[in-house]
Amino acid sequence: MRKYISFFRIRFVNGLQYRSAAYAGIVTQFAWGFMTLLMFWAFYKSDMKSFPMTFEQLSSYIWLQQAFLSLFMAWLFENEIFAAITSGNIAYELCRPINVYNMWFIRNVASRLSKVVLRSIPILVVGAFLPSPFGISLPVNWVTAIFFIISLTIGFLVLVAFNMLIYISAFYTVSPIGIRILSVSLVELFAGAVIPIPFLPNGIKVIFELLPFASMQNAPFLIYIGNSDYKNAIFSILLQIFWLVSLIIIGKFLMKKALRKVVVQGG
Amino acid sequence: MIELQNVCKTFKVTRRNAGFLEAVRAMFHKKCDYIKALDNVSFKINEGEMVGYIGPNGAGKSSTIKIMCGILSPKSGLCTINGLIPWKDRIRHVRDIGVVFGQRSQLWWDVPVVDSFELLRDIYKIEETTYKSNLNKLSTLLDIETIIKTPVRQLSLGQRMRCEIAASLLHNPKILFLDEPTIGLDAVSKIAVRNFITNINREEKTTVILTTHDMQDIEALTKRIILIGKGKILLDGDLGTLKKQYTEQKKITVEYAEGTLSLCDGLTLLESIHGRAIIALDTNKISVSNAIAELSRNLEVLDISVAGTTAEEIVVSLYKEYQI
Repeated sequence: MRKYISFFRIRFVNGLQYRSAAYAGIVTQFAWGFMTLLMFWAFYKSDMKSFPMTFEQLSSYIWLQQAFLSLFMAWLFENEIFAAITSGNIAYELCRPINVYNMWFIRNVASRLSKVVLRSIPILVVGAFLPSPFGISLPVNWVTAIFFIISLTIGFLVLVAFNMLIYISAFYTVSPIGIRILSVSLVELFAGAVIPIPFLPNGIKVIFELLPFASMQNAPFLIYIGNSDYKNAIFSILLQIFWLVSLIIIGKFLMKKALRKVVVQGG
Repeated sequence: MIELQNVCKTFKVTRRNAGFLEAVRAMFHKKCDYIKALDNVSFKINEGEMVGYIGPNGAGKSSTIKIMCGILSPKSGLCTINGLIPWKDRIRHVRDIGVVFGQRSQLWWDVPVVDSFELLRDIYKIEETTYKSNLNKLSTLLDIETIIKTPVRQLSLGQRMRCEIAASLLHNPKILFLDEPTIGLDAVSKIAVRNFITNINREEKTTVILTTHDMQDIEALTKRIILIGKGKILLDGDLGTLKKQYTEQKKITVEYAEGTLSLCDGLTLLESIHGRAIIALDTNKISVSNAIAELSRNLEVLDISVAGTTAEEIVVSLYKEYQI
């Protein structure tokens, strides 16, 4: 266990070095959040009643999305992992008494967390002081808050477990770029990063809600804004756990298979 | 200790000619070749041995090393190291080995070297006291005490390579695989690295397997060499005996002011320009002292030097002999 903690630490510390990137990120995320909110505001003004959530709930959703962007943006990859596979540097990682899947998983968790600690708090604090209905409201009660934290953690891990599959695909293709672009666009759409899932038409919504992508950011944010009652919240957390376990099992299986046939590129 | 029996490995390689049309054609019809990277490779290495594993480019050296490290699994054949099959028991096996791939890096690019070392300490679960003493010893011997506090991106190749070697030895491996460890090093660093390797082999009884194209490394470090070419083991033997076989020929370089060069039996002229001649000497026909006497009788000698065959030349003649 200690080796994984140590691995986490070196990646985390490495990530904290990029402070100006964090400031720039915060500014971008504020701008993006306001733009999205203004766009929705234009729609809401025509008829407040015809939407699946109130505008206050939507504002909370958008600001949470911006604050925790580094946890849930699908396109944030550790490029060194891809480089290690395509150049053959993975040879060194395979010479360590360590499970490669776990090591890469930790590495992604660490780098995303190092980004989120620098970015989330300013956005949440400013968001809380914004005038209603444009700011973040507090969770309805304590139970909701606890459910939110559990669901947020699992959702984050689900996303990383999904990204692991994309890293592993690099073993099978010479260039991973195609799969990367395709899967990232799919995740952004299915996870509700573009439009929150409740806004989708009913028929499609039911399918989307069951896919692993809805178990990423959609689940915790909907719990936070109180869009789902306790029964629904527990159901979505269970679904999240199901997807997390499945994705990890699939990933570990594929990784094992890939390593057996791996050709370490270059001399 | 290390035993390979009839290890075979084939790689699929796609080939096409240069040019746009060829590239288009390859989209529809790919030509694949199967290359036998390793063809019935067998050898045995005992504990504490230091072995030079040599062969021309593409002979299969790195593939063998990768199989022994557990990174690659062979198509057929057996390989046991300390009773373990590397690719099946990878995690247990790699605890006891250290690897340096001269062309790759195991250090974290943006942080000081010592941070990478501490990560390795935790990965290999090295005791704090062992780690401290190993780090001390390695950094003095390899002269990297100040270097290890610098981020890797600011190090030169030679400095980095010394850190790479230290990194591979922190956990006291029983076997050390060195894949071109002196690539790109300056003379001073090379000698430091060589001395260091000799040291740990003598003191820690570490088994060392070395692949390199630098024959001075081989000469300085190993007694036994294994020659591989086109995936086959061609020769496995003592470097000293091999050298003896090839040192019946010596080379005399003579610089002279005046006189004419006349050669007796056993001497052949290899090169002659402006008062400087290189002469090959066959020790079966004429002794070195006789040859020098013979030469200085006719010439006013300014400088004369006699050289035996270097490992480099032995290897060149071996490559020629085996047509690889």
